[in-house]
This record gives sequence, structure tokens and C-alpha cells, in this order.
Amino acid sequence: MDLSTTTEQDQLVDAFSGLYRKHSTPEQVRAAEPLGFDPALWAQLGELGTTAMAVGEEHGGWGATLVDLALVAEQQGRFVAPAPVIETQVAARLLAAAASTSPSTSSAAASALAEVLAGDRMVTLALHPVAAGGRAGLVPAGAVADAAIVLVGDRLVLTPLGAEGTHARRTVENLGSMPLADVSIADDAVDLASGPAAVGLLDAALDDWLVLTAAALVGIGARALELGVEYVKERKAWGVPIGSFQAVAHPLADSATAVDGSRVLAYKAAWAAGEQPERAAELAAMAFAYAAESARDATYRSLHFHGGYGFMMEYDVQLLYRRARAWANVYAEPAAAYRRAADKRYGPVGGDR
Amino acid sequence: MDFSKDPRSDAFRAEVREFLADVITPEMEERVYRTGVSHDDDFNAALLERGWYAPGWPAEWGGDADLEPYQQDILDEEMARVDAPLISRGTTFAIAHMILRAGTEEMKQEILPKALRAEIIMVLGFSEPESGSDVASAQCRAVRDGDEWVINGQKMFTTNGHIADYVFLLTRTNPDVAKHKGLTMFLVPMKQPGVEAQGVFTLSGERTNITFYNDVRVDDRWRIGEVDHGWQVMTAALQDEHTASFGPRTARLVEECEAWAAETVDAAGRRKLDDPDVRTRLARAATEVEVSELVLGRAEWMNEQGRVPEAEGPMSKLYSSEALVRAAQDLHEMMGPDALRSFLSPGAPREGRVDHYLRYSLGTTIYAGTSEVQRNIVAQRGLGLPR
Repeated sequence: MDLSTTTEQDQLVDAFSGLYRKHSTPEQVRAAEPLGFDPALWAQLGELGTTAMAVGEEHGGWGATLVDLALVAEQQGRFVAPAPVIETQVAARLLAAAASTSPSTSSAAASALAEVLAGDRMVTLALHPVAAGGRAGLVPAGAVADAAIVLVGDRLVLTPLGAEGTHARRTVENLGSMPLADVSIADDAVDLASGPAAVGLLDAALDDWLVLTAAALVGIGARALELGVEYVKERKAWGVPIGSFQAVAHPLADSATAVDGSRVLAYKAAWAAGEQPERAAELAAMAFAYAAESARDATYRSLHFHGGYGFMMEYDVQLLYRRARAWANVYAEPAAAYRRAADKRYGPVGGDR
Repeated sequence: MDFSKDPRSDAFRAEVREFLADVITPEMEERVYRTGVSHDDDFNAALLERGWYAPGWPAEWGGDADLEPYQQDILDEEMARVDAPLISRGTTFAIAHMILRAGTEEMKQEILPKALRAEIIMVLGFSEPESGSDVASAQCRAVRDGDEWVINGQKMFTTNGHIADYVFLLTRTNPDVAKHKGLTMFLVPMKQPGVEAQGVFTLSGERTNITFYNDVRVDDRWRIGEVDHGWQVMTAALQDEHTASFGPRTARLVEECEAWAAETVDAAGRRKLDDPDVRTRLARAATEVEVSELVLGRAEWMNEQGRVPEAEGPMSKLYSSEALVRAAQDLHEMMGPDALRSFLSPGAPREGRVDHYLRYSLGTTIYAGTSEVQRNIVAQRGLGLPR
């Protein structure tokens, strides 16, 4: 096992953490609430090539690996950046995959991808399929994107998102201050794929999303721990720093261990996407479930050890606490992700293993 | 980043499995379990013959040829997976390490060749009836008498003490100074008057001992390290212990439960493996196996990089033992009433291994530094929290 990063990866991380340190400060994160989207930050991210990097070179992108993207996503989590990096990257990868797998509809995917790469259009995806005639609920970035990819029955469509209040989109105020929207499928939605290919494309995209969100949750958990550790070193009770009490130190030690474990698992899942395809989907679901639990516990403990201050809006730990839950639960609770891991590990319910 | 295994892994793993299946007969497994003694002469003889008893130890002391790191990992994993009777070898080697590091030339000559050829058993004598995690408060006394020392006291959990040749004994040589400063280590020959081992039986079936030392005389040449500097010797010994991982045992537990779920049908005719609750529990435990392996892998990787995994080693011990406790408890509950059937009893599902692991897991978060001690280390050295 080798956990070292390449020089290029280090530069990538530096570029994103540098940008976020300047443009995603806790003040800016708060200022972007409740919508959870900062157009200026989004523009900066566009200049860094955030979406282009996620797409293969043969489709006009930069061909970053999922490990590269996971490194970026971890920074996204650390700074709880108000910009839908993960959804748009995953949607762009989905468009690229659709452009090369479904001959009859590939031109729609290819032209949408071209617009995305040109920075003319923001495309996101719905994480859950909807029944024909149904509405996609809580679509990540649905409140700010220009279009969403949705699996409707066995049709994968790209549906345009109109102005707020139109029938196509309704923004949802939410725990994580994420730009979520309930999205209706427009009459002029275009098909990207249909049948098993459509289902397969969304499933593969979901694997990517799970890995990257796992990495983002690692960043959230790690940052929450740092805040908690700083606080308990400073804060005194009965004349000593509260971090010297085992009742405080031990849960933090458990969370440090869990967050470290979730980081290595997220990177293994990202690595597996390229190098161990037979386990990639299983590991993606495991990484997500485990990172969600670890970030959930780390943010809770950190908030709690801040005492009453942790409960105040003024303290930053609440920003992390809310997003640790929202970024994960917009897909599902950890137990559901474990069941997805089981589906990939044992085959579907009723299968022969 | 690279998580791939060596391409030769599968072949070597198959070789190890074949060897272990051959050597660890059902009779041996049952004997080890019924006696609770994790030592078996036949097993050690087979390992020796294969050249796998002491791989990587210096040839001048009788070590076997080096295995490649991936081979060593696989051998360790597979032996843990089948509960091979390894504790005597483990403690013997831990002490041999200490001797190599801090022992006299004479002691090395006398002990190491025998230790590395499975001719002697050495055991740990740290814990006492009144002190466990707080190792440095040991009371077992050693008093100088000319060229000899006279030892009086008791040691607790001296596993394999009833069959051992030597005990690596932590003694108090100066009761008048701070507790860390009055300790001295000895390698005490056990087959002599005044040494007595009394069996202590545990929930996992493992037999350990309380050992008594009454006016036991040892020559000064059996001392390891300086007089009153035993703590330095000890801390080096404890460092070795802290990177243990129980991942392979949890992996075996999960494997057995998966096999059970695939072959068991509930009253409604549904396969257990098709029950969403069963699937959730199995996938969760399988995830914790992954994390156990990865946290250990990270500590090993740091070692390879020349970095000391000061907090990361303890994290591996802490996480993997706690994960085993969690998995054993949860999967025991998952299996329902049949989980009660005892290990190796007729009709027990998967030979009753869930019962076995439930019992076995309890010791893992205690010995080699309790979880509380590991959390202290992680908090202080990893997070920089004050003592």
C-alpha cells in the first residue's frame, strides 16, 4: 500500500485549498446562505477548470483520475465551499459516458457536454430515479443549475431548469444550506439514453458521486475535529484545559481514528474505480456509508465539546455539523448505503450468492 | 496512491492456506481450544520445517530466510484467520527483540538461537494483580544479594507461564524513587524452585496464569538494561505491541456469517442473505474489516517511509480490536438463538465460530494496552491534547 501523492496532486490540492482559503471563508460561507451558492466562487472554480478536469481528454476534458477528484473533494468539505463541484463534475462525466455509449442519443449528450465544458451551462444530476410522470425531489444543485440529468423510468433525460417558481423547479430550504430543488421533468427534456444503458449510466455516476461525497465528508469531519481539538486545548474548567479530561479526549481520539479510516477508505474506493473495477462499486458505497457515519460523529462531538458556544450560530462548527448530515442524507442514510454495498458484494436480493 | 496487492499474492496465499489446512488438523484445533493453550509443538515444528517460523531474523542467530513484505503480511493474516496457536511464538519473539536490542552478548548467544528454533518459550511478566495498564506501578521486588538478585512477588496474566522457560520480568529494584525510576528488567529462568504458575481460565477459553515468585534467585547476568532503567526497556517493548491488528479475525468472522446467511433459510422460506437487515449488518462489518486493514496498512506504510506511526500504530490496535468487538456482538445478535450454540459443538452453525469470536473479542480491547490506553496515546500524541 502506498499513500503518497504525486507532485501534480499536491499542486492540485494547493490550488483548491488556496482558492477556498481566500474565497470560502466561514464569513463567505455564511453570506452564501441559505441558498448555499456563491456565484463569484463558482466563477473562480470555473477558471481553475473544475468541471473540465473531471472529463476524459477524448471528450475535451483534462482526464483527472477519481483519486485526483477525491483530493479536491476533501478540500471542498474542509471549507464547506458553497459551490456544487461534485454534482457538476459527476454530471459532466455522465454526459461523457452517455456520449460514447448510446449511439442513437449520443449527440444530445455530446452537445450538452460541449456547453458544460465551455462554461455556458451548469448541469447537475438527480441521485434517485423517478417514476414516469414523477418529480425529482431534492436534486443537488437543482436550485442553481441550468439543467438536470434525471432517470425517469428507464429513460435518462436532460431536463432544462427554468426560472424559480416555474413548474420546473422549486428551491428547497434545507438543513445543510445546499442549493436543492424539487424538479419537474420538462416537456422539452432530451433523451440521453434509454433501457438498461440508462440505468447503468446513472448507477455508475452514483458510484462516482458516492466516492467524491465520501471524500468531502472526510474533509468536513477532519475540519470539525481540528476545531474541536483547538477549542478543548484552550478552554479551561476547574483550572485545567478540558481536553485533559478523558471524557472529552477519548471520543475525540475515536473520531480521529474513524476520520482517518474513512479517508483511506475513500481513497481506496477512488483508486478502485480505475484499478480494481470488480470491487469499485462496493467500495464506493462502503466509503460513503463509513465517511457519513464518521463525519456525523466527529461534528457532533466537536460541537458538543464546544459547550454552549457550539450551539451558537456565531461558531463555525455548526456550519460543519449541518453539512455533514445534509451532504450525506441528500442521497440516503448510512444503512441504505451499506445495503447498496451489500447489493454490489452479494448481488441483488434473490440472487444466487 | 496504490492499493494494489502484489501480483504474486494469490498464489502465495493459496500456498499458505494449503499448508495451514494440512498442519492445523481439526484435532489440533480442538486440542488448542479445549486446553486453552495457544502453543503447539507440532505446529511450530511444521513452521520450522517450512522455513516460516522466524522469517527475517538474522541468520547468525538462527533466523529463517527473509520473506518479502507481502508474504509476511499474508502469512500473519492467514495464521490469525485460522486461530493458529501463536501466542507462545509471539511473546518469545517480542522478548527476543528486546534481547537483540538491549541484552548482553552472552544472553544473545544463549537465548536467541533457541528462541528462533522454537526450543524455548518466553513469556511476558508485566501485569500484576494490582496493576495492569499502569504498568510502571509494579510491586514485584528484586533485591540485590552479591552477584544475585532475590525476587519476590506475583504476576498476572502470564500466558503460557505454566510451560515457559523464561519470563521477561518487570521488577521494582528501588521503591524510594518516582515509580518509573525504580524498575529493572530480568529474564528469569522459570524452571527453578520458587517459581509457580497457577492456571487462570478466561471467557474465551484461553488459559493464562498467575505466577508466583518466592525467593527466586537469579544471577545478575540475566538482567536486561541498566539497574533502575527498566522503564526504558519496557517502553521499547510496548511500542512493538501497539501496531497489532485484529482485521484478519474480523474478516474470518464476517466470512463465516456470510456463508451462514447464504445457506440458511428463515421460517418464511427466505434466505437470510436476502434479508435487508442481515445485509446491512454484514456490509457494515465488512466495511469495518476494510477500515481495519487500511488503518494498519497506513501505519505500515509510514514505517516503510521511515516515519514512526506514534499515534497511527495505536489507532490500528484500537480500531481493529473495537471493530472486532462490535462485529462479534452485532453478528451474534443477527444470527439469533442458534448463535448460542457453543464453539465446536455438534449442530452449531459454522462450527459455532460466532460464539468463539464473541468470547475471544473481549480480550483484544484489553491486552497489549487497553482501548483506554490507546485513546490516551492517540489524544496526546496524535491530537496534541494535554495530559
